Amino acid sequence: MTGTLKTPSANSRGLTPRQAQREPAWVRYLLIGIVLLILTVLIVVPVTNIFVQALGHGWSAYTHAFFAPAPPPAPDHLTRAQALVQRKLAHTYESAAHNREAIATTLFVAVLVVPLNTLFGIAAAWLLTKFPLRFRSVALTLIDLPFSISPVIAGMVFVLLFGLQGWLGAWATNVRIGRPAFDIAAAFPYVQLAWVPATGIIFNWPGIVLATCFVTFPFVARELIPLMEAQGTEEEQAAVTLGANGWQLFRRVTLVNIKWGLLYGIILCNARAMGEFGAVNVVSGNVIGKNGTIPIRIEQLFSAENNLSGAFALATLLAGLALLTLLLKSMLEWRTRQSTRKVQDA
Amino acid sequence: MSILAQNITKHFGSFVALDNVTVEAPSGQLVALLGPSGSGKTTLLRIIAGLESADSGSILFENQDATPHSPRQRNVGFVFQHYALFRHMTIFENIAFGLRVRHTPEPEVRQRVGELLRLIQLDSIEKRYPSQLSGGQRQRVALARALAARPKVLLLDEPFGALDASVRKDLRRWLRRLHDEIHVTSLFVTHDQEEALEVSDRVVIMNQGRVEQVGTPEDVYNHPANAFVLSFLGHVNIFHGRVQSGTAYARPHEIDLTRTAPAAGGTAAKVVWIHRAGPTIKVELTIEPDHQLMVVEVPRDRFAALELQPGEVVYAIPRDLRVFQDYQI
Repeated sequence: MTGTLKTPSANSRGLTPRQAQREPAWVRYLLIGIVLLILTVLIVVPVTNIFVQALGHGWSAYTHAFFAPAPPPAPDHLTRAQALVQRKLAHTYESAAHNREAIATTLFVAVLVVPLNTLFGIAAAWLLTKFPLRFRSVALTLIDLPFSISPVIAGMVFVLLFGLQGWLGAWATNVRIGRPAFDIAAAFPYVQLAWVPATGIIFNWPGIVLATCFVTFPFVARELIPLMEAQGTEEEQAAVTLGANGWQLFRRVTLVNIKWGLLYGIILCNARAMGEFGAVNVVSGNVIGKNGTIPIRIEQLFSAENNLSGAFALATLLAGLALLTLLLKSMLEWRTRQSTRKVQDA
Repeated sequence: MSILAQNITKHFGSFVALDNVTVEAPSGQLVALLGPSGSGKTTLLRIIAGLESADSGSILFENQDATPHSPRQRNVGFVFQHYALFRHMTIFENIAFGLRVRHTPEPEVRQRVGELLRLIQLDSIEKRYPSQLSGGQRQRVALARALAARPKVLLLDEPFGALDASVRKDLRRWLRRLHDEIHVTSLFVTHDQEEALEVSDRVVIMNQGRVEQVGTPEDVYNHPANAFVLSFLGHVNIFHGRVQSGTAYARPHEIDLTRTAPAAGGTAAKVVWIHRAGPTIKVELTIEPDHQLMVVEVPRDRFAALELQPGEVVYAIPRDLRVFQDYQI
């Protein structure tokens, strides 16, 4: 490489120093090939498989996973074969209702968890970057804790705390705490709202919210801390000397500077909140038709009901969410880079 | 409106940033806080603004105690070394910020911002963002932003520190003219003695958390209170052991060079280097016994008459020796 660069003919061909640093062609193609192979085996094939399996039995089979027709009223005398068909129809109908319920639960949990962790993340990042704090490194480690703990352990912690034998078990297993539920199929095209009475923290939605909160709480904070650190406190100081109060300072200066990073953190937090399995599995009790989120329901369809096409149909929702998240993520990463570049310029 | 910082003491851990410092800026004056890095000048400025709190002492604006007031209540204009402009706001919105947070009516905001944009001679760029401006332009915008809400006093923290040499010089003359127009009491921090002496009405020279001398630029340059002030305000040659009461100092332009040995008071020195570029010729010499370096500035006509060559031995005669008690530079 260097030998050819020294000759005048190489210079006349316009080789730049950048080209001089390049690896030989076969090394480049080998590396690119290996990466493509790994991506195909680990990502492209499995994701494609989800959609192929879910849609393999046709579009109506796919939609039946969510909206199955109610079985017709059964005549008094059924042949064995008719009885089998009848049972299958009833089962599909019930299964679709459970699937919708899982979607509703997932949305309900995400609606509670994501705003909570957004608030927490902003507060933590604000505290850790704008003020000199004595226990800064300890706090940073604590924020990272959910990343390093197995989600199953995280779930267990709440069971040990609020479960029947837990420290707060006597109170936590008897507290009445219902929740709103909605179903879009029962009164289509309207949404049917209902209040679902329930008891207890564990094996009930508060347990799922707690466990999901725990697992997803680093996302927003982790996204904001480096960004806010890079931006420093000078603009805030300027705003204070110009007469801004705390809220004006936050809304007009800090929030505007972090908005893209914040949105990115929220999207990651949401993706994880909807997709969390381990911790939710422990606290939800994994009872069919009770308090399952989408990942829990997928596992039930797959292992307990042996309903592979249903499992894959539900999985397309999570895969779709993941693809959408990736798309938004790369768009936001681009915007965040732009605003960090502005920091370095300004 | 006058500023008085009275008996200010500030520690950072065991480091004493300010040691019982009292500084006054009389109403309408432009006062420079001059000192090397670590002298506590920026800390003092931030304490006056309320961005930092003192361990003890008080801040008075026009004889009114402002010590318990937050920076928001103090209504000071503060200009940061690195501008600290709001990067997501246009130049117009940057300047308008102080008025917007006070809920000033829109027509008044437009009028005031327009006024300031003309004052800083940047009225054509109100729709641009800070990242599209040069350093000098940004600092002028920062100044306009600080002035927008008609602050009682203006505090500037190394306002030209991040600019290149030629822009610095232009901008500091501009600041002086601007101050003559608007007459707001201003306190500015700098480590550049030339800047402080050229721009300010009064200079406060600080070192290691203490005030060394206060006075007009002429005062402090011609009558330095001690060896630190003397050496900080420009190059100085040291003559150890020449005088019994302490150490003798002379500035490069206060020394004559001759070929013939004088009757008394001269020192033999060897020419080692001659800088010919500049308004005067700078000659570096070594004083023989211990090769101590000395710099002498010779006027061009005098240099032409002498025709000095490197390696020659000549005699240096200080016209004016200042003597201070022992001090390590």
